[in-house]
Amino acid sequence: MHSDRASWGLKIAAVGGLLFLHLPILLIFLYAFTTEDKSYQFPPPGLTTQWFGVAWEREDIWPPLYLSLWVATIATVLAMILGTLVSAAMARASFFGREQISLLIILPIALPGVITGMSLRSAFSIMDIPFSTWTIILGHATFCIVIVYNNAVARFRRLSGGILEASADLGANSFQTFRYVLLPNLSTALLAGGMLAFALSFDEVIVTTFTAGQQSTLPIWMLQELVRPRQRPVTNVVAIVVFVATVVPILIAFYLTRGGSETAGAGK
Amino acid sequence: MSDAPAILPERGIADRLTALFWRHPRLLLAVLLTPPLLWLGVVYLGSLFALLLQSFYSIDEFSGVVKEEFTLKTYAELFRAQNMDIILRTLLMSAAVTIGCAIIAFPIAYFAARFARGKWKAVFYLGVMLPLWSSYLVKVYAWKLILAKEGIITWAADGVGLSMVLNAILAIPGIGGNSLSTSPLGTFIVFVYVWLPYMILPMQAALERVPTSMLEASADLGASKAQTFRTVILPLAMPGVIAGSIFTFSLTMGDYIIPQIVGTSARFIGLAVYQLQGTAGNIPLAAAFAVVPIVIMLIYLTIAKRKGAFDAL
Repeated sequence: MHSDRASWGLKIAAVGGLLFLHLPILLIFLYAFTTEDKSYQFPPPGLTTQWFGVAWEREDIWPPLYLSLWVATIATVLAMILGTLVSAAMARASFFGREQISLLIILPIALPGVITGMSLRSAFSIMDIPFSTWTIILGHATFCIVIVYNNAVARFRRLSGGILEASADLGANSFQTFRYVLLPNLSTALLAGGMLAFALSFDEVIVTTFTAGQQSTLPIWMLQELVRPRQRPVTNVVAIVVFVATVVPILIAFYLTRGGSETAGAGK
Repeated sequence: MSDAPAILPERGIADRLTALFWRHPRLLLAVLLTPPLLWLGVVYLGSLFALLLQSFYSIDEFSGVVKEEFTLKTYAELFRAQNMDIILRTLLMSAAVTIGCAIIAFPIAYFAARFARGKWKAVFYLGVMLPLWSSYLVKVYAWKLILAKEGIITWAADGVGLSMVLNAILAIPGIGGNSLSTSPLGTFIVFVYVWLPYMILPMQAALERVPTSMLEASADLGASKAQTFRTVILPLAMPGVIAGSIFTFSLTMGDYIIPQIVGTSARFIGLAVYQLQGTAGNIPLAAAFAVVPIVIMLIYLTIAKRKGAFDAL
């Protein structure tokens, strides 16, 4: 019989791989406190908390932050509405073109962002649509639909059809069934999908660079700082803000869907 | 005695709609599907179509104005030596990144699928999911810090007396450079890091479906551990590897942020698209460049489908 213990080599490679995935991010936190602002010197010559104050005072960070929050909020709301609708349709019925629709939903995230971005850019150019906040939202909502869809459709599948029939037998109409039976059962999955969509949109940079025109979201601001650094430690502080703003919703999403057959985020 | 019907009286428009949906389930389906399909059809498919359309336009070399006439001239431009270089470089990098990801991902996926239990299973799950979802830009930025000439790798290499090795690696032409953060090797490392979770997940899914009984049967028939691994586990894991490679390959091919921040200034397809549509203002050529990854991925997906990779998604 084969032994059911992992060899030491495998254990080391597996744990090493996990560390490889996590240690680099921790470094950002260290660098936010460095006193060195001209280079990425390691180890930091000294530690200070002054950069958080400096970043707070910087006028050019706030508008991109507000824009990012605004875009992510609207895109998430749109994606939640559209994603829920399509998952409700796809969960039960089988109809002609079902496979094609599921492909269509996944496509915006399956194809590289540069293609989605360039496609939108081409369309705006052909139709003479000027860049605005809404062109950014248009792109974000499109690739966020699949995130909500994945979470919602998994929950729909787990939901027994019996409770909907029971609700109808007890005299509820479709809207009452939706409000009192379906929504409470779906809510955590929808919330998780929304959280992940928010995190994805808040952090998105590739599609955004094609649809933003002159406007800056926070990731675009950060990208500009990366290409041409001005005040490196301030960028470090912003990096922490972006990291926290994406990780917190993700952790909430995992918490909301823990133990279920569906797993949040499996479809990124 | 009442002669009221056994069904409840209608209580307004909501009930009437419910009855309508009950009698015509297709109608409900249509109501549910119309808004999302309209959005995806118009915004997304419309845009993809616009991309194709643009790629068949050309740019007037003197005025820089887009000529809206059908032509294959723009596609012909892709075959110029400098543009073919970009495409080949991108393909080479995508292939290398895919192989690199597969090698690093395998032990993680294998351990998580076969040996991790209880608490460790959760640790591995979250340990892969968090980096997958956390900010892309922050991850790239972290590597800029790590690979910088004055960064932690140089420091660590000095500390253990391996700076000779590091310098030797950086001296290799084609891979090395002035520092890791300005070398193709650096670009490769960051790509592998960023896309690694996309390889681990489908691999793990495939490995989890390998039945233990099959491994026992293999052992019963006298196979050594290495033989079981090579002839049972690896072939069964292959669909997962291919599914993962779809992600790593496609994502590397389309990325333009990483080569811009870490690496030489040599261009990749993504960067070419970005620069052509932006500073150069040559939208038709940018569009034609963007069609290249689509075509390559379609070929790739067709092959992957034949190998049964989609069962592992």
